[in-house]
Amino acid sequence: MEVFVRHQGIVAPLDRPNVDTDAIIPKQFLKRVERSGFGQFLFYDWRYLPNGEPDPSFVLNQPRYAGASILLARNNFGCGSSREHAPWALADYGFKVIIAPSFADIFHNNCFKNGMLPIVLPEKDVEHLFQQAGRGQYRLEVDLEAQVVRDDEGTTWRFQVDPYRRERLLKGLDDIGATLLHADRITVYEQSAKKPYQDVYRTTGSVT
Amino acid sequence: MAGKTMFDKIWEQHVVVAEEGKPHLLYIDLHLVHEVTSPQAFEGLRMAGRKVRRPELTFATMDHNVPTDNPFTVTDPIAGKQIETLQMNCEAFGISLADLHSEEQGIVHVIGPELGLTLPGKTIVCGDSHTSTHGAFGALAFGIGTSELEHVLATQCLWQTKPRTLLVELTGRPRPGVTAKDVILGLIAQYGVDFGTGHVIQFAGEAVRAMSMEERMTICNMSIEAGARAGLIEPDETTFAYLKGRPYAPKGEDFDACVKLWRELVTDPDAVFDRVIQFDVSALEPQVTWGTHPGMGTSINGIVPDPDTFPTEMERLAARQALAYMGLEPGTKISDIPIQHVFIGSCTNSRIEDLRLAAQVVRGHKVSPKVRAIVVPGSKQVKRQAEQEGLHEIFITAGFEWREPGCSMCLAMNPDVVPAGERCASTSNRNFEGRQGRGARTHLVSPVTAAAAAIAGRFVEPGQLQKLEEVN
Repeated sequence: MEVFVRHQGIVAPLDRPNVDTDAIIPKQFLKRVERSGFGQFLFYDWRYLPNGEPDPSFVLNQPRYAGASILLARNNFGCGSSREHAPWALADYGFKVIIAPSFADIFHNNCFKNGMLPIVLPEKDVEHLFQQAGRGQYRLEVDLEAQVVRDDEGTTWRFQVDPYRRERLLKGLDDIGATLLHADRITVYEQSAKKPYQDVYRTTGSVT
Repeated sequence: MAGKTMFDKIWEQHVVVAEEGKPHLLYIDLHLVHEVTSPQAFEGLRMAGRKVRRPELTFATMDHNVPTDNPFTVTDPIAGKQIETLQMNCEAFGISLADLHSEEQGIVHVIGPELGLTLPGKTIVCGDSHTSTHGAFGALAFGIGTSELEHVLATQCLWQTKPRTLLVELTGRPRPGVTAKDVILGLIAQYGVDFGTGHVIQFAGEAVRAMSMEERMTICNMSIEAGARAGLIEPDETTFAYLKGRPYAPKGEDFDACVKLWRELVTDPDAVFDRVIQFDVSALEPQVTWGTHPGMGTSINGIVPDPDTFPTEMERLAARQALAYMGLEPGTKISDIPIQHVFIGSCTNSRIEDLRLAAQVVRGHKVSPKVRAIVVPGSKQVKRQAEQEGLHEIFITAGFEWREPGCSMCLAMNPDVVPAGERCASTSNRNFEGRQGRGARTHLVSPVTAAAAAIAGRFVEPGQLQKLEEVN
């Protein structure tokens, strides 16, 4: 996985609460069998008019947000479906950081698996950032090591992130590889009598 | 020392590695797989030269993009490729698959329980957020992304931070005509679409104990719509009676031994939850959503709310955006909203009991000429049983389409799509923008309300259908 230590970029504000993963990547684009190439479909129904032309009123189609890599969002961002296609689409489009007052659990988790950092800031700070970002070309620097967000005027915001996840992002560690280091303990668990009824848990051998 | 919640007990039984300051490595007893979120995970395994650690704890089916008119005519080549890819992956990695030819095929959250794969005390994951459904059996079940899916395939484990606990006590008993769907929609309308975030919800109380397994599944299914990591209900006699004799459930002495252990999966009387909510279901009326998330709902006898009456700026903004999308004016009576489509199906409401409820309403009536109505059974087994009971005749005679099992119009990945600007009374779980098709307007309801809406062309309680016909 890609390493995430520090990132600097332009902020694009998406002024909607409860943005769900169906909106981030509509289902007609979930049929691919690859992880890549989803960026072109990001926010499809908002980004494009029914005739396929870009909708000029949508934030990502406005020239002042061209090249944005930090998405500013409202509460409960990423709710709904567990589709990892949502973080794939955001990352493929070029987003590295998402800032919001709150995230839905599964989406929040999926971000970390894709080298993308979801940052929770208090609502009033997010509101302030919306004011700033509304003017366009507003830049932020995100330092994961120091757990600080900083703007060009020197204003800073501290954020919390789970230490385990922070470590994995900083080092770009592969989860499966790390888990397999515990293979012996998994085997011991499987052989232990911890759950006497586990032996009858099988997905094969139906009598029908 | 305080007692333990049922969640604590299941969690502790599955911890493989617990190190200070880190998430726990949790063992997974059942991994359910479907065609849409799995191809990239299998590809990841292949690229790393890894195997599936416990194929015998893994079970796959095809549901999301299966056509429900004729499942064998997949006209969308990309959907066809996903279906073929799952077939190929299951063969290559030795995983049991209920494919389109199998009598066990159906929506993954319908077949897990009906096959007896879902059992109390298990940890269950699936690359689908509605995995929370299986919590109805007292299993700790939650949705995961594709990276975690690959992790479970390779290791049969997951790193998990222990969620907080929330007890939702459902007090009283719903009045006749108010279903489990109305209870969960009413709860989310009152507390919001994120009151469960970071929590596992245990549903308890008089109302829950009286519920059938189908009703409990509807409740737990939609706990994700409250943002919860999982929903849980203590297993009891209703649970054991449902499971006994299911194809993959333990048999004979094994079953009895399991029941003995499952009885221990209850919350101790002195256990402490992080939060407790009490919700009285006795005053509840049938629910209809008017907006673009499941919390934007009200009584069937209510009106579309005025966004200006919401307490926060964020809620006012959300309500304005929702009404613009839904094409609704504040103050409109819910019962005056005209409906063009009715969908009875999805992992929330496509089980035999749901179809019985709907058929009861439909019997002796005709679908409104202005409505296109479809019934999509949750599985082959549900379909067989419904046909044995003659339910399909009732639906077909009334003018419903009687389809093959699949997720269908719940997320409209297959050809079952609602056209832009048209309205659907849907028994599914999400009314998000574009969920049932670009520009489609979804109103979430129970099977009873959906059935009545198909006949009246708008939202009415079944008791009013007779009167309407007399007037006409």
